[in-house]
Amino acid sequence: MKNLKYLLLGTLFGIILCKVQAVSWWRMQEMFRFDGFYMYGLFVTAIPTGILSVWLIKKFNIKTVSGEPIIIRKKKFNWGYVIGGLLFGIGWAFSGACPGPLLALIGAGKFVVIVVFISALFGTLVYSWLRPRLPH
Amino acid sequence: MIEILKQSWPWYVGGVLIGLMVPALLIAGNKSFGVSASLRDICAACIPAKIPFLDYDWRKEAWNLFFSLGIVIGGFIGGYLLGDPQPEKISSITIQTLEQNGVHFNAGFVPEDIFNWSYLFTLPGFIIIVVGGFLVGFGTRYAGGCTSGHGIMGLSTLQWPSLIAVGSFFVGGIISATWLLPFILNLGK
Repeated sequence: MKNLKYLLLGTLFGIILCKVQAVSWWRMQEMFRFDGFYMYGLFVTAIPTGILSVWLIKKFNIKTVSGEPIIIRKKKFNWGYVIGGLLFGIGWAFSGACPGPLLALIGAGKFVVIVVFISALFGTLVYSWLRPRLPH
Repeated sequence: MIEILKQSWPWYVGGVLIGLMVPALLIAGNKSFGVSASLRDICAACIPAKIPFLDYDWRKEAWNLFFSLGIVIGGFIGGYLLGDPQPEKISSITIQTLEQNGVHFNAGFVPEDIFNWSYLFTLPGFIIIVVGGFLVGFGTRYAGGCTSGHGIMGLSTLQWPSLIAVGSFFVGGIISATWLLPFILNLGK
């Protein structure tokens, strides 16, 4: 089954998110209030690791497991990145979680977070519906 | 042994592991690291209504749903079975400020004062849990990604639109945590 590897990688990511406290509502408050370095420490190690990995993939022309060349999709700027970004930021500080941590928290047994998740699905649906009328 | 497995990891270990998700997904099958797109896939799979943005073959993106289901399982393993019984070492200034707004510190990732079923049916609870969740779903799709898609994947591939998106996330988050949240916590008091 070709999707099994993604299930396993997701499991790994979920464990990491919990073990580095990136699912913690408290950590998000601390980060947004600039009271502590912990979350910034995560970002300043994660991003260079990602940059270095992508550089190595290009440098040594590393292929996927099935032998395809690796393609990195370009993101094209639109104003949604700013408007949507601000709105997401507000919600992130309220709920203390972005989509990944939301899922991990549900797994960790924080069942009220299911309501946050359903609300996020509803938000995605409303965006999809309003999309033609929103500035981008 | 089990005690060691339950411990939290320092940020420099965690950061490297999160960063390695980028090459892992690329090498596994040319997948861009990101979680919020799976919200769109779930909507596309469940909503039969004719909304152009949701009218695509979500089955082709099924890897997203497997990855998301994995995160739930990972949360169960890392946050429940092997959950750290020690509370996070949060700055005392943060704890004090929240305390003044009626949120008492506890171990276990989320404040029990907020994330409980009876608080959900109060005005502040509704705004924090339901409106907060709504903004996460609405905002990430509007912004074309979340912390993983823009913050980790976009920045790892040196894309400036992602930097603008991440900057916007933080401006929103700072305004929200500093001014909006304290105001909302005190509504109806």
